[in-house]
Amino acid sequence: MDKPWNNRAWFLVIPVFVLVAFSAIIPLMTVVNYSVQDIFGPGQAFWVGTEWFEKVLHDERLHDALVRQILFSLAVLAIEIPLGILVALSMPADKGWRTSLVLVLLALPLLIPWNVVGTIWQIFGRADIGLGGAAIRALGIDYNYTGNPRDAWLTVLVMDVWHWTSLVALLCYAGLRAIPPAYYQAAKIDGASRWAVFRHIELPKMRGVLIIAVLLRFMDSFMIYTEPFVLTGGGPGNATTFLSQYLTRMAVGQFDLGVAAAFSLIYFLIVLLFSYVFYTFITTVGTGDRS
Amino acid sequence: MEWMAWTWPTALFFVTIALMLAGMTAWQVVSPSVERRGLLPMPTTRGDRLFIGLLGSAYIHLGWLALADATLWWALALSLVWMAAVMRYG
Repeated sequence: MDKPWNNRAWFLVIPVFVLVAFSAIIPLMTVVNYSVQDIFGPGQAFWVGTEWFEKVLHDERLHDALVRQILFSLAVLAIEIPLGILVALSMPADKGWRTSLVLVLLALPLLIPWNVVGTIWQIFGRADIGLGGAAIRALGIDYNYTGNPRDAWLTVLVMDVWHWTSLVALLCYAGLRAIPPAYYQAAKIDGASRWAVFRHIELPKMRGVLIIAVLLRFMDSFMIYTEPFVLTGGGPGNATTFLSQYLTRMAVGQFDLGVAAAFSLIYFLIVLLFSYVFYTFITTVGTGDRS
Repeated sequence: MEWMAWTWPTALFFVTIALMLAGMTAWQVVSPSVERRGLLPMPTTRGDRLFIGLLGSAYIHLGWLALADATLWWALALSLVWMAAVMRYG
């Protein structure tokens, strides 16, 4: 009898392993090495132990940036996930031209490079020449994203929602289209309400795509850099300085490679923990495995 | 390799991680892991528990550096206890 599997198939994994090793594992190892040394240049490194970690862990500005970052990511998830589901549920289900049009329109923001998105919103939000900023001012609201931290936050958040809700919507739409019509027919026979159909058919069937959507949006928003950098430059003050911007300032601006490496590792561990908790929660909730 | 700025402690750290992964692979081949439910709020395999143990250990070390003044060896001892507990009862 033949073996049920062929271990030689593992050789097919080698190219991916080599790629990941060069793009992720080796750089990560280097970051670990840097984090325990004071780096002055190639071959000029001095052992400092855990000094950089202690410095980073006691840095008040870093704590503030971390709180801002967590708040931002939670706000992004709280808005984009329900909104994306709502958009997907509102999209036409047939294969006509309307569906194609909606799909193209939804895909448009995803095709725009991040720095261009920042520039678009920088101009759009300006009260003197921007359509959005001038319209808000015309309503009698004193809106100024360059001077008011609340307005800056709101603009960065709305920009992210504009840029990325489409991704969630497209993923959810794919999940919805994969549900066999028999489920809807059974629900109709049972006289299920629209809410019951959503709660007991559509939402459980979207679990897979929602896991991807939540993880992608969490990780991406937690690492956001370009858009707020172009839009507000981290200001006013430090109001929109998120972790990656703080890190870049440290690594590239001040050339504090050791401190930046320690910071990067802590950053990495935070992303890893949050992603694992999200993933575990979403994959076990509703399956009867969760206590 | 000079650009990677290797030091003995970090090399030892990565060798330990690599040995752990190799050991887990060998263990898996000899006796395949069965998903089970322990004290953790979700069913876990042996690999899951190793990951949770390592991630927890990293946080124990960071917490120690942030909150305590005593030597980091205590954090290592605490991490070993944590790792053993997760692997056995998690």
